[in-house]
Amino acid sequence: MSLAITVLFYLATVILIAGLAYRIWVYAKVPAPLKIATTPAPVTKGGVVLRMFREVAFFESLFKSNKLLWLLGVLFHFGLLLVLLRHLRYFINPVPTVIELIQPFGKYAAFAMIIGLLGLWARRFIIDRVRYITAPSDHLILALLVLIGISGASMTFVSHTDIVGLKNFTMGLLTFDPKPLPSDPLLAIHLFLVSVLMIIFPYSKLLHGVGVFFSPTRNQVDNPREKRHLADWARKFEENS
Amino acid sequence: MAKANFEVPELKEHLEVPKIEPGAMAHLETFKAKPEFNEALGFPGELSENWQEQAIDAMGDMLKKYRSLQVYMDSCVKCGACTDKCHYYLGTKDPKNMPVARQDLMRKVYRRYFTFGGKFFPKLVGATDFTQEVLDDWYNYYHQCSQCRRCSVFCPYGIDTAEISMAAREIMDRIGLGDKYSNEIIGKVFRIGNNLGLPGPALEDTLEGLEEDVFDETGVEVKYPLDVKGADILLVTPSADFFAEPHVDGLIGYGKVFHEAGVSWTMSSHASEAANFGMFIGSYENMRKISQRVRKAALDLGVKRIIFGECGHAWRVAYAFLNTLAGPWDFLDPDYPVPQHILEFTLGEIEKGTLNIDKSQNDDMVLTFHDSCNVARATRMGDKPGGQFEIPRAVIKAVCNNYVDMPEDTIREATFCCGGGGGLLTDDLMELRVKGAMPRMKALKSVTEEYGVTHMAAICAICKSQFTKVIPYYGFDMDQIVSVHQLVSNALILKGQNSEDEDDESEEDAA
Repeated sequence: MSLAITVLFYLATVILIAGLAYRIWVYAKVPAPLKIATTPAPVTKGGVVLRMFREVAFFESLFKSNKLLWLLGVLFHFGLLLVLLRHLRYFINPVPTVIELIQPFGKYAAFAMIIGLLGLWARRFIIDRVRYITAPSDHLILALLVLIGISGASMTFVSHTDIVGLKNFTMGLLTFDPKPLPSDPLLAIHLFLVSVLMIIFPYSKLLHGVGVFFSPTRNQVDNPREKRHLADWARKFEENS
Repeated sequence: MAKANFEVPELKEHLEVPKIEPGAMAHLETFKAKPEFNEALGFPGELSENWQEQAIDAMGDMLKKYRSLQVYMDSCVKCGACTDKCHYYLGTKDPKNMPVARQDLMRKVYRRYFTFGGKFFPKLVGATDFTQEVLDDWYNYYHQCSQCRRCSVFCPYGIDTAEISMAAREIMDRIGLGDKYSNEIIGKVFRIGNNLGLPGPALEDTLEGLEEDVFDETGVEVKYPLDVKGADILLVTPSADFFAEPHVDGLIGYGKVFHEAGVSWTMSSHASEAANFGMFIGSYENMRKISQRVRKAALDLGVKRIIFGECGHAWRVAYAFLNTLAGPWDFLDPDYPVPQHILEFTLGEIEKGTLNIDKSQNDDMVLTFHDSCNVARATRMGDKPGGQFEIPRAVIKAVCNNYVDMPEDTIREATFCCGGGGGLLTDDLMELRVKGAMPRMKALKSVTEEYGVTHMAAICAICKSQFTKVIPYYGFDMDQIVSVHQLVSNALILKGQNSEDEDDESEEDAA
């Protein structure tokens, strides 16, 4: 079991990093031939950075759209963020003070995350419009995240796992000096599910986390009259006329 | 009330999000273009045996050319934030008119042929082969999108269905499946110079008629010049301004403002069209070809500035794309933005004090303003973000005493489309146009009842045509739609104008 999880974890890490790098390369390479910012839009680069920040940090557009959906999205994403920050303690030695300070919040953030996810999932059954657009993969991804949350929180609040042994294992992974994984079915399930999530990340709708930064309606400066914008593939028309 | 062979939506007190009715609009298919019209635009005349292969190739090509398409195909999480934002969904209840579902018509094909999950687990991720049935859905529902971008405002990733429906139309054109309305019109622009197919002599005639009308009414010789070499300003305006109501009253207004400002200006018979339907069909090349007509006219006439008349998507192509498609404009006067909007010009003159305004001339009206979607969400006026909302309102308030806005969630960046934009302003889509106008009609009704609004001003040729046609279905009168420059025209007292025209009700006969 320990060996299987070790191999899977390395595999998942490679797929996640290589897959994301490939997607970023694709997005960066494809030009945006026209200025299509959704206006009113910032007229300076600094303004665009601020707009992106509000979008990513506060989900500004979602807030305009639907307050309940926004709340559930915030609960899930920021819960997950705190949980992830808390997990850094398994990968850094000694543990930085900031991460130490986050621990109590990170522990309970798991509940925010799970509640957010369950709320988002419920919408897929309750609201006819959302039910209509839901594919099986949407349910599976939610199930995966919920199970990751529940299995993780169980090790904190129900049946404690061997933290020292776990840290020994993760540090072994980082230093390419594999150590045995403490034998705990909950832990094995948790790590297996996380690996699956990492593997599907670059090949699923989870890509929205990368895509948002490349969205031309959000990341373009509103200055088409001041500055000429021309894509490489469109240059050939210039020469012909 | 106009008669309809379909159910006209009821205007309820609150804008309700309807329950979905799958297939409610599946019957509505706009007329297809004849082969010669597709060919005139550089596309195959009709579908070939291997259209599927061609379509997938075309999609692959578009994915490499448009970052928007590539990113938007991948990024949607199906959160549903957009599902209640489209006027066509609200008016028709057809779930395929929800932005995400409209996008998914393409996304499921994209996934099947371009993604790992779709190639190996199509059912799981909702991927399907590009079958005839899917193509039929594409044709119907990508011609039920007015590309108004309201969904993109509310999407957490800014996914813009307009980009996707444009790409879908381009792909369909590239396999020989064009729509009649847009493709025939683009053909007319190439052959004759404008959407309406008005040749030079007809334009000249119309403009002379306008000069006579204005003279009869005011006693002032206001000129409406055509093809005048050496003029300072080239005015490019939608061809509907030459004769449609209330558009032409706007054109009369532009001429009066130019006259009072004392500038030299001209229109062009070569670029006698501001509209650019190349955008609606998502064709960069056709959009560019149409835009190049403006460049040629500017060079041939030797003008120093370019100003666009009241038109929504035309202002998008002008403001956001013209520099890309027909620039650089280094031969024009660098002191002015290229191009300018007529409202930017008029507000400038109002602020300078060159216009003698008598607001009471518009006292017979209580006005509200319809933000055109392309102006609101795809362009700007003036220097500051949001100028596209403030400048039209500033002009209206400068020439009218009675103005109120419609409810906040139906104007500015959240404005509801008129229901006829994006190349859908055709009689064969009347059912869609009437139903899609419902949210705007509802907002208008609320200010009519609450504040006694009598007229709605618009700055887009399509909005004006669409509203005058569909507004009777909702119990309003077509005369309730006015051009913003019509209001300016009413209130503007020309130097030397006859002063005794107390009874200024001009005869509303065809100009």
